Amino acid sequence: MELLVASAIGLMTACGIYLMLRQRSFPVIVGLAMITYAVNVFLFASGRLTLGLPPILRDDAAGYTDPLPQALVLTAIVISFGMTAVIVMMALGAFLDTGSDKMDLDDDRAEDPEARK
Amino acid sequence: MSLALIAALPFLGALLPGLLIRSGRTACAMVTGSVTALALLGILLHAPAVLRGEVIQTRIEWLPALGLNANFFLDGLGLLFTGLILGIGLLIILYARFYLSSKDPMGQFYSYLMLFQGAMVGIVLSDNILLLLIFWELTSLSSFLLIGYWKHLPEGRQGARMALAVTGAGGLAMIGGMLILGNIVGSYDLTVILTQKEAIQASEWYLPALILILLGCFTKSAQFPFHFWLPHAMAAPTPVSAYLHSATMVKAGLFLMARMWPVLAGTPEWFYLVATAGLITMVLGAVIGVFKDDLKALLAFSTVSHLGLITMLLGFGTKAAATVAVFHILNHATFKAALFMSAGIVDHEAHTRDIKRLGGLRKLMPVTFAIVCIAALSMAGIPPLNGFLSKELMLTEAVETPWAGNAWILPALATIGALFSVAYSFRLIAHVFLGPVRDDYPHKPHDPGFGMWAAPAFLALLVVLIGLMPMTFAGDLVRATASAVIGEPAYVNIYHWHGFVPALFLSLLAVGGGLVVLGLHPRLEAGWNAVPRPEAKAIFDGLVEPFARLSRRVTDWLHDGRIAGYFAIATVAIVAAGYYAWSSTTAGVVTRDLTPIAPVAAVGWLLLMGCTGALFFIHRSRLVTLVVLGVVGLMVSVGFAYLSAPDLALTQISVEVATIILLLLALNFLPKADAEKITAGRGFRDLVVAGAAGLGAGALVYALMMRDFFFPTISDFHLANSYIGGGGTNVVNVILVDFRGYDTFGEIIVLGIAGLLIYALAEALLRGGPANDRLLSWVPDQKRAGDRHPLMLVIATRVMLPVALLVAVFIFLRGHNMPGGGFISGLVAAIALVMQYMASGYGWTAARQRVDYHAMIGWGVTIAALCGVGSWLAGRPFLTSAFGYVHPPVIEKFEIATAAIFDLGVFLTVVGAVMLALASLSRFAVRAGETVNTAPFDIRPDQSPASVAKEGH
Repeated sequence: MELLVASAIGLMTACGIYLMLRQRSFPVIVGLAMITYAVNVFLFASGRLTLGLPPILRDDAAGYTDPLPQALVLTAIVISFGMTAVIVMMALGAFLDTGSDKMDLDDDRAEDPEARK
Repeated sequence: MSLALIAALPFLGALLPGLLIRSGRTACAMVTGSVTALALLGILLHAPAVLRGEVIQTRIEWLPALGLNANFFLDGLGLLFTGLILGIGLLIILYARFYLSSKDPMGQFYSYLMLFQGAMVGIVLSDNILLLLIFWELTSLSSFLLIGYWKHLPEGRQGARMALAVTGAGGLAMIGGMLILGNIVGSYDLTVILTQKEAIQASEWYLPALILILLGCFTKSAQFPFHFWLPHAMAAPTPVSAYLHSATMVKAGLFLMARMWPVLAGTPEWFYLVATAGLITMVLGAVIGVFKDDLKALLAFSTVSHLGLITMLLGFGTKAAATVAVFHILNHATFKAALFMSAGIVDHEAHTRDIKRLGGLRKLMPVTFAIVCIAALSMAGIPPLNGFLSKELMLTEAVETPWAGNAWILPALATIGALFSVAYSFRLIAHVFLGPVRDDYPHKPHDPGFGMWAAPAFLALLVVLIGLMPMTFAGDLVRATASAVIGEPAYVNIYHWHGFVPALFLSLLAVGGGLVVLGLHPRLEAGWNAVPRPEAKAIFDGLVEPFARLSRRVTDWLHDGRIAGYFAIATVAIVAAGYYAWSSTTAGVVTRDLTPIAPVAAVGWLLLMGCTGALFFIHRSRLVTLVVLGVVGLMVSVGFAYLSAPDLALTQISVEVATIILLLLALNFLPKADAEKITAGRGFRDLVVAGAAGLGAGALVYALMMRDFFFPTISDFHLANSYIGGGGTNVVNVILVDFRGYDTFGEIIVLGIAGLLIYALAEALLRGGPANDRLLSWVPDQKRAGDRHPLMLVIATRVMLPVALLVAVFIFLRGHNMPGGGFISGLVAAIALVMQYMASGYGWTAARQRVDYHAMIGWGVTIAALCGVGSWLAGRPFLTSAFGYVHPPVIEKFEIATAAIFDLGVFLTVVGAVMLALASLSRFAVRAGETVNTAPFDIRPDQSPASVAKEGH
C-alpha cells in the first residue's frame, strides 16, 4: 500500500509541476490543484498508513490511526479551495482585461494595440 | 501608567489620523495630540518617583528562550528623553496643523509622525537591547517616510533614501555590536549589562563591540564622517526637521552613547574615538554652517556642530563632562526646535528660506523676530540664556582635558567651534531680521497666526527660564539624568558667574571672534566659494551607484516576467536541497512493514494513476481536463476513506464538487482549448524538472512511511484527552475545534478573506474598464442550450434542498462524535445552495436569497471569536471549551459543548466564503448578457411560449 501511495504522490507532483510550467493560465490552475492533492496526501501519509482504524473513540476499537495529520489536512483542503478560487478569479480577470491568457509578461503583447484593448 | 502602554500609545495613535482626517484637519490634529498628551501624562505621573532616584520597570516575557523580552524601564535619562520626545512632539503636532497646506495629506503625516514617535519612545524606554534594536530600526524606517513625505520633490526622495541608507547601515553594525555585548554579559537586559563594566572592558571583544555600536550611534547622530545625510534630510517639511533634528532622531545616537556610558566609557579607545569624532564634527559643522545661505541648511549644520559638542563631552569620559552633555541635550532641544519652527514660519510667510533674499524682517515679523533672537542668542552662548550655561561648562571641561598629552588642542578647537557657532547665530539674526526692509520678497511677509508661533514661543520661554533659573527649572531633571548616565548620584550645581576662569576668556574670545567673522562674512564667503571642497552627495552617489546597478542587473536577470521560469528555478532548488539533505545523512533503518494491498485499492490506484498520467497528454482540451481532474479528486477522497480518514474523505469530496463547479464557471469565459505550442526542447526540459520533483516527493514520502516516528508524537495526547477534556469521540473534530481551535480560527479568517477578495476582484473588474467592455460585447463561443433550466433538474434540486440542508445539519450535529463537523456541513450546505443557482438560474436564486454572504462570513468569524472570548469570562484562556450533557424530554441524552458554537462559526464562514466565491463568478455571466430569469423554468406547460418570453424579459 505504501508503494501505491508513494507512487501516486510522485506522479501527481510531477503532473502538477509539469502543468504549472505551461504558458497558459488554465493548465497552471489545474497544475496547482494537482499539487494540492499531492501535498495533502503527503501530509496525510506522514501520519503513516492505517487500515480500518478511524480516529473515532470507541470502547471496542483495536487501535486508532493518527488523528493529527488528518485535522491539519482537513483545514488545508478547505483553505486550498479558497486559494484556488482566488487564483481562478485572478486568471479570469487577467484574461478579460488583456484578451490573453498567457502567463508570461510578454513585451510583444504590450506593443500590440489589439491585445491591449 | 504601565511603561509598555506608554510605549504602545503612539503606535496605537498612528492608526487614528488616517481615519479621523475625514472629520477635518483640526479634529485629526487634536486626536493625534491627545494621544501624545496621554503618553506624556503617563510619563509625568512617574516623574516625581524618578526624580527621587527610583527606577520604574515593566517586564513582559516575550521570547524568553531567545533572551528577547518586552522589558521597559524609566530612569532619569529615560525621563529626559521621553519628556523631550513627547513634549516637543506635542508642540510639533500643533505647529504642523498650521504649517501643512491643504494639499498635503495630513492624516498620512500624523500617522508617520506617531509611528516615529512610538519608535523613539521605545528606544529610550527599552530595557532589552534586542527590543531596543527593533525600535532603532523602526526609527530609520519611519524617518524615511517622514523625510520623503513630499513625494513629489526629488530632493525629498533622495534625502530620505540617503538617510535610510546611512542610518540603516549603522543600525546593522549596531546589531552586531549589541549581540557581542549581550554575549559577553550573558544577558540582553540593559539593567544587567549596565552592571558589568569590568567584564565588558576586560573582554577581548570590547573593541569590536565598541566600534560597531559607535558606528550605529555616529550614523544616527550625524557624526563625522557620516554627517552628510543630515543636511540632505532638510528636504522634509519643516515640522519633520524640527522634530527629527532637535529632539529625536539625531539624539537617539547620543542617547545610546549616554545609556552605554557606564560600561563603555572611561577607556582610551572610547576617549579617542568618541571625543575626536565629536570635536571634528563640532568644528566642521560650525564652519560650514556659517557659509550656508539656506536657513534650514544653516540650522542643519549647526545641529551637526552641536551634536558633535555633546558627543565630545560624552567622549571625555569624566562624570562632570557627562553631566554637562546631559544639560546641553536639554538646552539644544529647546532652542533648536524653536529655531527650526521659526525658519519654517519665515519660509511659510516669505516663500523663501534663502538668507540672501531676506533681511529687514524685524519690523514685518516682530513676534518671530523675538523668538529667533532669544533662541539664536542662546545658541551663540550669550548670557543669561541656557545655551550660555552649557557652553561655559563645556569650555571648562575642554580646558581640563588633555588630548594625547597636549593641553591646549582641545580648548583651542572647542573655542574655534564656539566662535563659528556665534558667527552663524548672529548671522541668522543680522542677515534675516536686521537691515532695511526690502521690497523684493517673493511674498509679503507678516507674522503668522497664534497657532503657528505658539509652539516656538513656548520653547523660547523655556530657554529664558532655564537660563535665568537653571536650578529651579532644570536642576532636578539634570541631576536625575546625569545620575542615570554616570551610574551614581551626580553633583549638579549650575550658576552663571564662575569668576575670571579660562572658560570666561575663551567665551569672550568666541563672541568677539564671531562678530569679526560676521563682519568679514562677504569676503570670507568669496574665499570659501573659491576653494574646491568634496561634495558628500556626489561621493555617496558614486559609492551607491555600482551596487544599485548590480542589483538592478541581477533583478532584471532573475525577474524577467516569465513565471514558468520562476517555478522551474524554485522546483529545481527545492529538489537540489532535498537531494543534498538526503545524501549528506543516513535515513535510519526501515522499521515498518508494508501494508497489504487489497484488490479494490489496486483498482483505485490504477484509476488515479491513469487519470493523472492522462493529464500530461490531454491538458490542451480543457473540458476533458476538468472531467479527468474530477476523477483524480474522487479517487483521492476514496483513498482517504479507505485509509481510515472518514472526515477527510467527506471534506475532499465536497470540496471537489465546489472546485469543479468553480472551474467550469471560469472556463465559460476562458478559451476552451490550449493554443500553446510546446517545443520539443521545452517539453523535455519541463518533463525532466517535473519528473525530478515527482521522484523526490515520492521517494521522500515512501522513506517516511516505512519508518516509525523519530520523536514521540503528540497524537497520543490528543487521543487520550479527546473525550475527557474535549467531550467528543471524533478526535479529528475535537482537534479542530478544541485542541487546535486557535489554528482553525485563523484558518476561517483566511477563508473569509479569500471570499471577500474574490468579491472585490469581481467588483473591480465589473466596475468598468477593458474587462467590463469585453463582457458587455461578449459573444458566446459555444452553442447555448435551448432549455437553460430543465424542468427535471429544477424540480429535483428543489425537492432535494431541504433534504440536503437536513443532511448538513445532521453532519454538523454529529461532528463532535462521528465524522462530520462545521467544515464538512458548511460545504454540503453550500453545494445544496449552488445546485439552486445551477438549476434555477442566478437571478431567480438571488431574488430568494435572504442572507447576505458577506454578513455570513462576518457573523461566522464573530461567533467563533465570541465563543473564544467567552472562556475569558470563566477565567480560562482563549477558546477553552466546556461541555455537559442534558436530557431533554422525548429525545435521548444530548451533549452540549461550547465547541459546537465555535463550529457554528466555522460553518457560517465556510458557507459564506464558498457561496461568495461562486456567486461572484456568476456575476460575470450576467454581465456578459446572460438573462436573469424571473420564472423558475423557461418552459411552462400551462402557457404559450410567447407570453412567457414577454414576462421573462
